[in-house]
Amino acid sequence: MIVSEKDINEQIKWAQINKDVLRSLENPRKAYWVALFICVAMFSCAIVAEIYQYNVGMGPTNLNNPHMWDMYIASFVFWIGMSHSGTLLSAILHIIHADWRKPIYRFAEAMTTFSLLTAGFFPMIHLGRVWNLYWVLPYVSDRGHWPNFRSPLAWDAFAISTYLSASMLFLFIGMIPDLAICRDNTTGWRKKLYTLLSLGWTGNDRQWRTFRKTYLLMACFLIPLAVSVHSIVSSDFAMAIMPGWHITSFPPYFVAGALYSGCAAIITLFVMLRYFFRFEEYMTTAIMEKTAKLTFAIAMVWTYLNLVEFAATWYGHNVYDKELLIAKAVGPYAWVFWTMIFCGMVVPFALAVQKFRRHMPTMFVVSLFLNLSMYFERWMIVAPTLSMSHQTHQWDVMWPSIIQWAIVFGSFGWFGILFLVFVKVFPSVSMYEVKEMVYHRKREAESDEAPATGKPNLEGAS
Amino acid sequence: MKNYRILGLFNNFEEAFGALTDIRNNSVSGVSIDDVTLNSPIEHPEIEEVLGDRGTHLPKFTFAGAIFGLTFGFLFIAGAQATFLVQPQGGKPVIPLPSNFVLVYEMLIFFAVWSTFFAFLFLSKLFRKRHNLYSEKVSLDQIGVIIELDKAQLEPLKDLFKQHKVLEIREEDIK
Repeated sequence: MIVSEKDINEQIKWAQINKDVLRSLENPRKAYWVALFICVAMFSCAIVAEIYQYNVGMGPTNLNNPHMWDMYIASFVFWIGMSHSGTLLSAILHIIHADWRKPIYRFAEAMTTFSLLTAGFFPMIHLGRVWNLYWVLPYVSDRGHWPNFRSPLAWDAFAISTYLSASMLFLFIGMIPDLAICRDNTTGWRKKLYTLLSLGWTGNDRQWRTFRKTYLLMACFLIPLAVSVHSIVSSDFAMAIMPGWHITSFPPYFVAGALYSGCAAIITLFVMLRYFFRFEEYMTTAIMEKTAKLTFAIAMVWTYLNLVEFAATWYGHNVYDKELLIAKAVGPYAWVFWTMIFCGMVVPFALAVQKFRRHMPTMFVVSLFLNLSMYFERWMIVAPTLSMSHQTHQWDVMWPSIIQWAIVFGSFGWFGILFLVFVKVFPSVSMYEVKEMVYHRKREAESDEAPATGKPNLEGAS
Repeated sequence: MKNYRILGLFNNFEEAFGALTDIRNNSVSGVSIDDVTLNSPIEHPEIEEVLGDRGTHLPKFTFAGAIFGLTFGFLFIAGAQATFLVQPQGGKPVIPLPSNFVLVYEMLIFFAVWSTFFAFLFLSKLFRKRHNLYSEKVSLDQIGVIIELDKAQLEPLKDLFKQHKVLEIREEDIK
């Protein structure tokens, strides 16, 4: 029988926490450098493909009517979805006082920011003419007209820029006390960088009081913002009168999918960081278990919303929607559909088994399957509808070309580079929050042990 | 006029709070709890029980930012849409409220978040040079109590700190 263990060892000294986390800035395992090299190689593929697309035009991508949207937009939705993990782990769990999030929320927040930065590339790449990238912004044109504010594409520009700036601020504010610790414990260029970024933080009571309030307010704003962003992304599809897109449940379906893929990515990065930086003391199996349970719960919500959509389409008797649903299951894209169903609805049941939840390599593989399912989900939203629209003369099956594959493949490399450089330069475990967690847990344990005296020993600082 | 500043470094919150409680109870005449600043490696909300509720005006800035975002957002988008008056509208409203609601909502959050951030920088008194008594041990594992006082109160305060097992005392002349 497996005995449940603590989220963190509350006997760990505060000085040790500083030492362990600061060590991660210096000497990761070799696997870190291997991962970084792989990411650079992947990104190079995208650079080559983009240069080719830039010179030759959009022809080699296979994008053409009716498939004017394809992998690029599926990837855009995927990366926007991935960004919801930071909000879930940081903001929602912060508000409900789930303190087990503390050792792992920092990298989830970083993931949010870098996912958004990666997502932002795709509308530009999809434009083809990247020199006109400012076209994606809502601005007044040469003829003195503003864009159509009724279009969800204009909403996208507002929502994503707001979400990007808010999530970057949220990440930065949360890091300031840790940057001050880095400032006090490093030398050379790092000291200069941390001195600049820590903004003169000294940890006095005024700063902590303001910090606490700021962090709470930012968290309160970030949650509705995250929901609105993915609802608006879903509106890109749902506002169009196309079979398979014009669905009332699309916004919650997108938000659930976003949380699902974000959680799966957190598990992937959790396992990697734990190994790279020897964070076994902080990224414990108990915290992995909680993350896995959360992912399982969200997977079931996503499964339910999928089944609701299938049932509504089947019993709705709209001939176009129904034919599209059948085509998804038995048509040319069927293998993608069934892989999505298997990886997204069946594989998560592995998360219900405690033995698997506690085994890091298994969790790593399961998380990759979950994210594969989430990517295929986005592909299945975009491609089948375009191949079977209301205009039957436009029916066409299209598969992405090697150019599209290379750019999408490279986007994972770009995300990986940003993320891996971030965790090497900045502390990926929040030192002050882990200290708080250890302090409060120790106090609770001592209160439980000495109820008779009614006065716990508050000695947690040394 | 206070012309001295003293820092006492304590091993834990209990000892620091003990010293602060004595100061609050006027153990050293002329030294008020309002002259105390507590530096700590972690956020400690219980500190307000000892230092008193010092409050923060941050939510007012957030509220002002949100109101500005709401007003500016609506006027900006409606103003932009009003230029459509020169175009045929096909029976649709020039200023459509349902879709504008989405954009105004985003603008509200955008300005609220940025005003919160700037208020945080301003109210936390960041971007200031750290004074000489700042100890790097506070970012490690010790609790610092900083008090501004007159020279006459220096020795009684040091004695008080020592009663509460202070690890280190530093002082500076701030004339």
